[in-house]
Amino acid sequence: MKYLYFPGCSLKGTGKAYEESLLAVFRALGVELKEIEDWNCCGATAYMSVDETKSYALAGRNLAIAEREGLDVIAPCSACYLVLNKTQKNLQDHADIRRKVVAALKTAGLDYKGTVRVRHPLDVLINDVGLDAIAQRIQAPLKGHKFAPYYGCQIVRPYATFDDQDDPVTMDRIIKAAGADCVTYPLKTRCCGGSLTGTVPEAGLRLAYILLKEAKKRGAEAVVTVCPLCQFNLDGYQDQIARKYEALDLPVVYFTQILGLAMGLPAAGLGMQRGIVSADAVLAGR
Amino acid sequence: MSKPMEQGAGAGFEPRIVAFFCNWCTYTAADLAGVSRLKYAPNVRVIRVMCSGRVDPQFVMEAFAKGADGVLLGGCHPGDCHYAEGNYKTLRRMRMLERMLKDMGIADGRFRLEWISGAEGDKVKSVVNDMVAKVRALGPLDLPGKFAEWDKEIEELEHQISAQPAKEAVHAR
Amino acid sequence: MADNNGNKPQPIGLPRIGFYVCHCGSNIAGTIDVAEVAQFVAGLPGVVVSRDYKYMCSDPGQEMIAQDIKEHKLDRLVVAACSPNLHEETFRKAAAKGGLNSFLFQMVNIREHASWVHEDKKAATAKAKGLARAAVYRVRFHKPLEKQQVPVDPNVLVVGGGIAGIHAALTLANAGKKVTLVEREATIGGHMALFDKTFPTLDCAACILTPKMSAVKSHPNITLWTYSEVAKVDGYVGNYKVTVKRKPRYVKEDLCVGCMECIDACVFKEPKFTDQFNQGLGKRKPVYIDFPQATPKVVLIDPQSCIQLKTGKCKKSCAEACDRDAIDFTQKEETRELQVGAIVLATGFQAFDAKKEPRYGYGRYPGVYTALEIERLVNASGPTSGEVVLRDGRHPKSVGIIHCVGSRDAKTNKWCSRVCCMYSLKLAHLIQEHSGAEVYNFYIDMRAPGKAYEEFYDKLLSEGVHFIRGRVSEVTDWAMTPEEEGKLVLRVEDTLAGFVRRIPVDMVVLATGLEPKADAQEVRRRFNIGCGNEGFFQERHPKLAPVNTFTDGIFIAGACQAPRDIPDTVAQAGAAAAEALVLIDAGHVELEPNTSHVVEEECCGCKSCVPLCPYGAITFDEAKKKASINEVLCKGCGVCAAACPSGSIRQNLFEDEEIFSEIEGVLAK
Repeated sequence: MKYLYFPGCSLKGTGKAYEESLLAVFRALGVELKEIEDWNCCGATAYMSVDETKSYALAGRNLAIAEREGLDVIAPCSACYLVLNKTQKNLQDHADIRRKVVAALKTAGLDYKGTVRVRHPLDVLINDVGLDAIAQRIQAPLKGHKFAPYYGCQIVRPYATFDDQDDPVTMDRIIKAAGADCVTYPLKTRCCGGSLTGTVPEAGLRLAYILLKEAKKRGAEAVVTVCPLCQFNLDGYQDQIARKYEALDLPVVYFTQILGLAMGLPAAGLGMQRGIVSADAVLAGR
Repeated sequence: MSKPMEQGAGAGFEPRIVAFFCNWCTYTAADLAGVSRLKYAPNVRVIRVMCSGRVDPQFVMEAFAKGADGVLLGGCHPGDCHYAEGNYKTLRRMRMLERMLKDMGIADGRFRLEWISGAEGDKVKSVVNDMVAKVRALGPLDLPGKFAEWDKEIEELEHQISAQPAKEAVHAR
Repeated sequence: MADNNGNKPQPIGLPRIGFYVCHCGSNIAGTIDVAEVAQFVAGLPGVVVSRDYKYMCSDPGQEMIAQDIKEHKLDRLVVAACSPNLHEETFRKAAAKGGLNSFLFQMVNIREHASWVHEDKKAATAKAKGLARAAVYRVRFHKPLEKQQVPVDPNVLVVGGGIAGIHAALTLANAGKKVTLVEREATIGGHMALFDKTFPTLDCAACILTPKMSAVKSHPNITLWTYSEVAKVDGYVGNYKVTVKRKPRYVKEDLCVGCMECIDACVFKEPKFTDQFNQGLGKRKPVYIDFPQATPKVVLIDPQSCIQLKTGKCKKSCAEACDRDAIDFTQKEETRELQVGAIVLATGFQAFDAKKEPRYGYGRYPGVYTALEIERLVNASGPTSGEVVLRDGRHPKSVGIIHCVGSRDAKTNKWCSRVCCMYSLKLAHLIQEHSGAEVYNFYIDMRAPGKAYEEFYDKLLSEGVHFIRGRVSEVTDWAMTPEEEGKLVLRVEDTLAGFVRRIPVDMVVLATGLEPKADAQEVRRRFNIGCGNEGFFQERHPKLAPVNTFTDGIFIAGACQAPRDIPDTVAQAGAAAAEALVLIDAGHVELEPNTSHVVEEECCGCKSCVPLCPYGAITFDEAKKKASINEVLCKGCGVCAAACPSGSIRQNLFEDEEIFSEIEGVLAK
């Protein structure tokens, strides 16, 4: 199994732990990932709201490069995943925008056809690799550990292609495959605040607090996420949350880190030390 | 024969299309299109039948032979035929007819089978407009004209043959 | 009126054709040059009279036709006007009034198919001319025909024993007709039997329904078959042959008196099986009766849970306790045949499955209920004797009722289910009355269109029920404040107040909408009627024929046609019964003459036609080696006529020459 890999800016920066754990897990599962050559920033949610057509050209450049190889693309970051998919869909549905973008990319020597599939690592793990293959690789199941599965919004809204929009379960299944328990978490797709923690801190902080508090109340020892911004929002401001509301001390990790630990991969190679809130609870007894 | 069957469209050509609509579904849908005042191309002449299953493939051939550039056949959706199964028979017959028409060199798109239910007035409009545009692009079929030309060619050949001096009879061995 | 050529000499052998083109006010004349059309047609061979006139369907218009037929000795008639589906009958009658056989007439559609759909006047006029010419060529080949009369069987079948079916059956039976009422469940009563009170009067549902149910049972003209289903329908209007399957109750219906000793005696001391009638909120034993007033008052045994029926090894204490010897474990499914002239379908609706709206937590949170579950909860003869109590035994102090669940929603059902606002008000009233809880209704619009409905809403407003205008976005159990702990929180934008609110309640009621039954498509195909896009049975005309279908002799009534409340359902059931009476009391039905027949001399005996007829109208005489068609069974589709290789099958009004001449007529230059 071979896929193209679109890391996006976050996975090379604040989301380093996601990249480290993702690459480690996929390598151990025998799945080959090839980073897209000369990829550029996808534009995230910001650019699309400033200049839509240009944002499609920016994101489309990555797709046009990927098309040369004819493989599926894995985009782990939720924003990149959504932006690339949205770009493809809108270029397909709107001939006038498509014409402009195709012309623009042509000047850079690129041919955009819209043929590549952009997929999420959860989708690939469940549907391509399969839970059976994963189960075989589990060396150190996380028995007795309880996690809150937090999906965030962008992988289920507006498109819910590989999981249910209201009650997604793919990550729950990965966590269970890792031997741990998922707590019932009604806030699994509730907004983490996104960029509000920077722009309207009172609102953003409150949203992050609600998510963490409920997770703790339900008995979770950590929140497991798929998105680098969610991880950052929930992990990075717990000191401010403690000052404004209450101390929660809940580590926030990526599902690939949980899976990697259960597969017996060394913790340091999974970026376990990168969380601001210590992840020792998760590592307890290993 | 010298000229090919399909010769492409000339400027200002308006196709003539004969349509067979079943009373219960497609004809009713066309009525609904009328009641809704939808506007569509005036190139179609509708012949009403009670069921699309009444349409003998000979009717389609006759229409082409008498000068139609296109023939449209409208019936109920499979499963909804007012007479239970008539449209299934239509489907079987017309699939065979399509192959025959192809063998005769009549372009794909000149004969069209559509399922249109009594509530689908807008589908009548879209199918008619689409078909008129496609047949317009194909150009005139003009089978009567072609028949006349071919008749003339055969007449000339007959002349040529009878004008030749009589050859010696070849005796059978 | 344009000039005519009544004195022009006609070639010998050609019929004398009268042609009329209607202005239809400006509907046709505004786009088509009708004078030009009349003049054009006047020049066609055989046309003796060619006129244009303002309104052909009017009395003077029809008079003119009758006059011309007599005066000009016309023997063919062509009218170019609106759709034949509107006025073909009108002009056929006009021809007959003039002494001309009705079927020597052809109608041309130049309104719905031309003047209303084309803007180019020249093109529309050219089209009208072409179509008129086609009709003139065709009508030459028309032959005089007579409509055949068949008698109508005076018996009626009513399918569905809810309030619609009950009312239709009683109306027909009171009119002296013999009615068979077939109901799928073990008792009649339908959804109405589930309700506690009905809006807006707060009448007890059972009190007004049960007298009608008894009337059905005891009416000498009604045969009641419950726990039965229609398996097959053959025949045609006035002459239907229906096959009904009667499911085994394992109890002899004519012996059981409903004493229910068997239920007490059952080896299961406590009921432990899901009680469907109580919407899963209660339990029953394998031998049971749906509710005390079930009609017929006969118990039944469920083969899925009865030990005797599953394993053959039981004490059978129920049979022992029965001193009428009514229990019969060997009972089998029965097949019965019925001959009827008319059928009324009143099969009702099903409630929207609340699980399809996962954001409201039905099935996930035990405190979320559907409206039908609450109907049983507040019902004195329900599983809790009318006490409003949650599944965990607590009494709710606050209740939220969410309107429009599965209605007015692009993701589920687009339509408004018409009754939910009213029943939500009713339930708000009953819940408050029975429990004293705070009640909140969450609505989009308050729809109270019926008689005394708005007044009922006013009453609720004065009773202290809280109304919040907003669509609830989710029902959740995560608490933001200590007061919300252990509650179900409804998050909603209060659009009148202008902010988002969180309302914690103990119990949530979902006002689920009405949708077509799951097997509606299957059922409607069995009766050869249509369904609309939404899946409800299709009426012949939404305004002018709401209880007729496109199949003569089959009528529809009640929620199977569209969501509807009880008053409208009863009215519609009466209407359907009246339509059936019209058919039956006429005594006979005239069959359309566009049937097919075999010209024996030309039939080559190839048998290609025999398997084609879905009505079994074609038979083959092995002795004569000829096919023949039963004209009473023939419905006039023409499939056999198209298939016949020798052309010996002719369909009246759609013969080959008629259609070929139409083709020639539209294409002539």
